[in-house]
Amino acid sequence: MALLTKARDLMRRDKAFEFSVPEPVHDSALDTTHGPILYLEDISVSFDGFRALNKLNLYIDDGELRCIIGANGAGKTTMMDVITGKTKPDTGAVFFGQKIDLLKLDEPAIAQAGICRKFQKPTVFEQLPVFNNLELAMRTDKRVWSTLFAQLTGEQNDFIHETLETIGLKELIYQEAGSLSHGQKQWLEIGMLLMQQPKVLLVDEPVAGMTHQETERTAELLLALEGKHSVVVVEHDMEFVRSIARKVTVLHEGSVLAEGSMNEVQNNARVIEVYLGG
Amino acid sequence: MFITKILRDDLGGKIFLSLLAAVIVLVPLFNLLVPASSLFHLPTYTVTLFGKYLSYALLALAVDLVWGYCGILTLGHGAFFALGGYAMSMYLMRQIGGRGVYGNPVLPDFMVFLDWKELPWYWHGFDEFWFAMIMVVLVPGLLAYIFGWLAFRSRVTGVYLSIITQAMTYALLLAFFRNEMGFGGNNGLTDFKDILGFNLQSDSVRVIIFMISAFALAAGYLACRFVVSSKLGRVVIALRDTESRTRFIGYKVELFKLWIFVFSAVMAGIAGALYVPQVGIINPGEFSPLNSIELVIWVAVGGRCTLYGAVVGAVLVNFGKSFFTAALPEVWLFALGALFILVTLFLPYGLVGLLRRKRRAV
Amino acid sequence: MKKKRSVRISCLLAKLFSLVIFISSASFADSQISQEIKTGSEAIAHEEVASTFENLVNQFKEGDFNQKMEVINQITLLKDKRARLVFQSLLNDRLFYSKDVSQRVYSGETTPNGYRMIDVTTGQVIGEVNQDSVTKIKINNRLRKMLRTSLAQLDMTVKDPDIRLKAVKSIGNDLNEDTVKFLRTVLPLETDNEVRTAIKASLAMVDLHADDLKVRLDAIKSLSVTMDSEYNTELKKLVDKDSAGNYLEQDQRIIEAATNAIKKIESRVSFYEHLQTLFFGLSLGSVLVLAAIGLAITFGVMGVINMAHGELIMLGAYTTYVVQLLMPNHIDISLFIAIPAAFAVSGLFGILIERGVIRFLYGRPLETLLATFGISLVLQQLVRTVFSPLNRSVTTPSWMSGSLEINSVLTLTLNRLYIVGFTLLVFLILLAVLKKTRLGLEVRAVSQNRAMAKAMGIKTEWVDAMTFGLGSGIAGVAGVALSQLTNVGPNLGQTYIIDSFMVVVFGGVGNLWGAMISGLSLGLANKFLEPYAGAVLAKILVLIFIILFIQKRPRGLFPQKGRAAEG
Repeated sequence: MALLTKARDLMRRDKAFEFSVPEPVHDSALDTTHGPILYLEDISVSFDGFRALNKLNLYIDDGELRCIIGANGAGKTTMMDVITGKTKPDTGAVFFGQKIDLLKLDEPAIAQAGICRKFQKPTVFEQLPVFNNLELAMRTDKRVWSTLFAQLTGEQNDFIHETLETIGLKELIYQEAGSLSHGQKQWLEIGMLLMQQPKVLLVDEPVAGMTHQETERTAELLLALEGKHSVVVVEHDMEFVRSIARKVTVLHEGSVLAEGSMNEVQNNARVIEVYLGG
Repeated sequence: MFITKILRDDLGGKIFLSLLAAVIVLVPLFNLLVPASSLFHLPTYTVTLFGKYLSYALLALAVDLVWGYCGILTLGHGAFFALGGYAMSMYLMRQIGGRGVYGNPVLPDFMVFLDWKELPWYWHGFDEFWFAMIMVVLVPGLLAYIFGWLAFRSRVTGVYLSIITQAMTYALLLAFFRNEMGFGGNNGLTDFKDILGFNLQSDSVRVIIFMISAFALAAGYLACRFVVSSKLGRVVIALRDTESRTRFIGYKVELFKLWIFVFSAVMAGIAGALYVPQVGIINPGEFSPLNSIELVIWVAVGGRCTLYGAVVGAVLVNFGKSFFTAALPEVWLFALGALFILVTLFLPYGLVGLLRRKRRAV
Repeated sequence: MKKKRSVRISCLLAKLFSLVIFISSASFADSQISQEIKTGSEAIAHEEVASTFENLVNQFKEGDFNQKMEVINQITLLKDKRARLVFQSLLNDRLFYSKDVSQRVYSGETTPNGYRMIDVTTGQVIGEVNQDSVTKIKINNRLRKMLRTSLAQLDMTVKDPDIRLKAVKSIGNDLNEDTVKFLRTVLPLETDNEVRTAIKASLAMVDLHADDLKVRLDAIKSLSVTMDSEYNTELKKLVDKDSAGNYLEQDQRIIEAATNAIKKIESRVSFYEHLQTLFFGLSLGSVLVLAAIGLAITFGVMGVINMAHGELIMLGAYTTYVVQLLMPNHIDISLFIAIPAAFAVSGLFGILIERGVIRFLYGRPLETLLATFGISLVLQQLVRTVFSPLNRSVTTPSWMSGSLEINSVLTLTLNRLYIVGFTLLVFLILLAVLKKTRLGLEVRAVSQNRAMAKAMGIKTEWVDAMTFGLGSGIAGVAGVALSQLTNVGPNLGQTYIIDSFMVVVFGGVGNLWGAMISGLSLGLANKFLEPYAGAVLAKILVLIFIILFIQKRPRGLFPQKGRAAEG
């Protein structure tokens, strides 16, 4: 009898076996009801005894544009590595929204969940035309077989063209990305981030090596993203930071030294001590 | 329709396939219909030789796909080729039946010689053609899947990957040399009689196998072209150049590599299966690391990342090999060695690249 | 630990002596003879003795048995080592003199057509003769008895305990009343422990079957400290059972003692067998290290994949061959010339390769791999064309041949022992060069940050060439060592290239210590697997292990750490 009930239980129509239930890590599960979209708590990372991050706590709000500054070796890039899954921290927790534990995901899964990253050195697919760079980045089904048989829909095509317009590379659509100038590559990379329709953009030194005009345009671009996306910008160029920042976080030796508006930060006694007094 | 769509932007491919079509029509014509006394008669020997080149060309396509497009310098593709070849020759071996030297109706000669009493379990089923054909695809594919899954998942890349692919084929070489493995040891498998009931030595069967090879090459070319011109092809090129970027925009890079690797291994296996009936023998030498490295140079000579370049390279280098080893055996290794050096130094895009540059200059 | 050195002799002489050993069952003294014959100067020094010896030997031809006994006595008194051959031949009815005018005395071995004759005074093989052309020197039983004692006495009076040991063992093979009696007389006089043990063991073989229980138990005890299989077999006979499963031996105490003794012997044998495997493993390991360590520099430090590394090893081996060709009379010191020569040859070739090809390909490791593979093909064919495709044999100097016989199970061949030491030496020198010299500093600087090194005024191009030359030179030195172990042929390099890469990859790139440890452990793994899996399967298993290991730790055993290693 017990066996029969068990069998009946197994055959129930609404029965879902555990292995057949997909892991609930996708967009729908993103829960930002409490404000922050990104939680970094108590993160420590060390390389060979060198502590790149030291009990770092950082919260990024949904739709916020945050600038992160700090000297070389303050842990900015390592922090991005931790968020995007490239480096696993020794201790601490990283949550995307309130439910998604980023430490359990690998890089592609984190990217698909909606966190995108621009590298310090512009990295685009140099052998491919600008158009295809954007096409590959586009938010869509990125599994192997669906990629093999993927066809561009009209909607997707339009989206690519829109983005091309946004990043100002419309004339260079069929040019190989390798032949672009440094600034154009930076924009193309930002464009690729946009194509992924991310919730969070992590932007590492977007204006390094750009001319003054290019810098200004980049500032505009980033400001335009604010609200729709959360943007985290790591930058050395103080003038640029001042031009875009609402809220600035200062990292020092792997943890947060100060946080606040640009003015607050600049007048913070500890920041002054570390950067000017030291 | 489908074919023209695939070849839309592929001038080289159009030329290559037209040539191949011409060959498919002309070779049987000159071999079977033109009388042997005529000047235009194509000896069956030559047909078989060309057939061998065609199976090599298919193999080169497979290598170009993983190396040229995916950036995985495989030094072990000869292993997949040989495995396909062994699967095919196991079928051919079973077809000999009682006509072997020892006249054993079930056991191949070498097993009788080793005093084996019954067929090892892994030889069962190979008396059926369909089963052997499944194995031709399955065995190399499975090996590639396991190997690739392990390697790509743990992100073994670049030179390390090359070296362990080489270790893989070397391990197989040593294994197949062992008599206990049951694949004929040192001597390999040979003395085939017929295929599907047709005499393997007859002219018409040889011409048909040649034509099948040509068709397989054409199909392989189209399949590869389809893959590389799909979005998957672009992802693969992307990950070849900037693997981390590809990963950070959400592609599971290891799965893409694995797909390409397995696909290419299967192609190599099929090439091996076409090679064996034309050459009439397979032995563990096919697993030697030298062979696998040679494949790469075919592709390099022809021009990587073009597909038809691989075909050109395979045919030219092997033609050169046939010519030199017959005429000036001493010179062949010098020539091959020099080819390796000169091509990597001066012809990074191969012969096809040379033509392209000229065309651009014009 | 005592040193045995059989002497390197020409192929012909080697064949001769193996046959003589067959007859005389005491090989060592024979090779002593040959040594005396071979080294001409000594022969001259002994001329006087020799002529007396010759005269005495000639006296065997005539005279009755009593006269022959006198001759034997006199020869024994001469303490000429050639006496052994004469005595043994005489003992075995194999001493002849020719019927022609010369009437010389020969030792002969039976061949299908007659006898193969050896001149007993010079040790030279004269050739085969018909049975009818020689006369046998006849002896009787009294003479035989005397000869045996004389032979053993001859050996037992030698100062070298090793010869005595051999003598005991040869007597042990031929136990009879006389020899047992002789052994019992020499036992109390013997001072060397090992020889004593051997004498006791030989006597025990007889005593085992004595009537007295105590004597038998003592005999078992004496045998339990030995390791030779014949003693073990004899002990096993004691615990044999009949078909009904009952012991043939009646006395329970004997069975017990014998069982214990067998156990003791077997555990000791297996211990020494493990030591032997360990030695084989270490020696294979050091060969691997030697082959790989140059690669650890070029691949590990510079990041260059040099597929021609194996061929640079081969060039080193051929250099040894050429050096020996140039100085055929000084084989013993040829290696000391060959080592720097091989270093120079391979090093120069390495620099040539680096300047000619590799420097155009920096930063493109896969292309480098292909180009250097091409170089390896060219070098192989070059050697084939210049030297012929056949293997060349390199002579092993006398001080490297022979073996260190610890006991009947554990034998350390000298050439392998030297190579283990040589590997260590090369390794230490290399470490010193990289850590202590200016070149080493610059190499490390360039490998860590090329641009910065250049900015500091280091001539990076020069450093590249020198580093590559150093790595290649080491490959050449490895070739000298390998020439002592394997055949020198065009394929020598190919045999080692994959293994070398495995060692470097397994150890972790850029790490000399890693290469050392991984080479040794791979060698050991190979040799310890061999008894269970066979040589080929062991190698396959090791390869599979490495393939799987790389998946787990893509950067090897000792990876380079820190941020620099990332990306």
